[in-house]
Amino acid sequence: MTISMHIQLNGEPYELHADQTLADLLERMELGGRRVAVELNLEIVPRSQYADTRLSEGDRIEVVHAIGGG
Amino acid sequence: MSSAPIDKPFTLAGRTFASRLLIGTGKYKDLEQTRLAIEASGAEIVTVAVRRTNIGQNPGEPNLLEVIDPARYTILPNTAGCYNAEEAVRTCRLARELLDGHKLVKLEVLADQKTLFPNVIETLKAAEVLVKDGFDVMVYTSDDPIIARQLAETGCIAVMPLAGLIGTGLGICNPYNLRIILEEAKVPVLVDAGVGTASDATIAMELGCEAVLMNSAIAHAQNPVLMARAMQHAIEAGRLAYLAGRMPKKLYASASSPLEGLIR
Repeated sequence: MTISMHIQLNGEPYELHADQTLADLLERMELGGRRVAVELNLEIVPRSQYADTRLSEGDRIEVVHAIGGG
Repeated sequence: MSSAPIDKPFTLAGRTFASRLLIGTGKYKDLEQTRLAIEASGAEIVTVAVRRTNIGQNPGEPNLLEVIDPARYTILPNTAGCYNAEEAVRTCRLARELLDGHKLVKLEVLADQKTLFPNVIETLKAAEVLVKDGFDVMVYTSDDPIIARQLAETGCIAVMPLAGLIGTGLGICNPYNLRIILEEAKVPVLVDAGVGTASDATIAMELGCEAVLMNSAIAHAQNPVLMARAMQHAIEAGRLAYLAGRMPKKLYASASSPLEGLIR
């Protein structure tokens, strides 16, 4: 049986299995290997640390990318 | 162009650019039109916005940076949509991570949705933090010469006053303020916002701006790709006219043809 946890992802409530890494979350968002940047509880997480960053209940995560702008 | 006068190179943060036109990537019909317009403009510096990925929406869609290759273009991430210093600083730090440690950013902190006028107090606060944090800050500001001076003193590498409100295409609304900013500039001054058509870009360059940044004037033209090309020529024409030095304006006529040898 897996326990789920709740996080805030890009300002929205999001549910995922406990004991997941940031890399797992990005895979689930279909963003694995894409050019994104991640902020976890207001701290930037370098790309090299996604696989080692364990997520916790209540984490606030922002995942951003570049879009058209002036 | 062998007849062109020798110009000093356009340099930002130690990098030299052949084009004095910087363009935005917003408001285009699609990514293909964006790509074609950038190519037609000859721009080497291209602005992008940083936004949340849409959860579960079009994950297969190409990313802007897959179309606009950061190896080919200098990407200038902006803080558009930020209304305070804290949001702007966070956005710049995310942009730096997104672009593998790239330090060049366009700082803009807005005050009001109707005018998109810059909040210069928050802009100054953000500039101080970003400069200390090692960013190369190109800053969007009002055409207030005092604020422009303070931003340069803070350590911004370029000051970018508006010529008109963002997206209005009203042209160079106050050339006199721009002249004052240019006269005492210690860092490159670029016009950012307000340009509506090619002649506006030329006027900005004739005033002595180092370069011009625009988005809507190209993206909202009837034919954006053709306008992008027009802008490239307009920037060049304005720069050459600036270097050439215009004739003084006179009230009365002065004949161009000799007055001697007329048949009577």
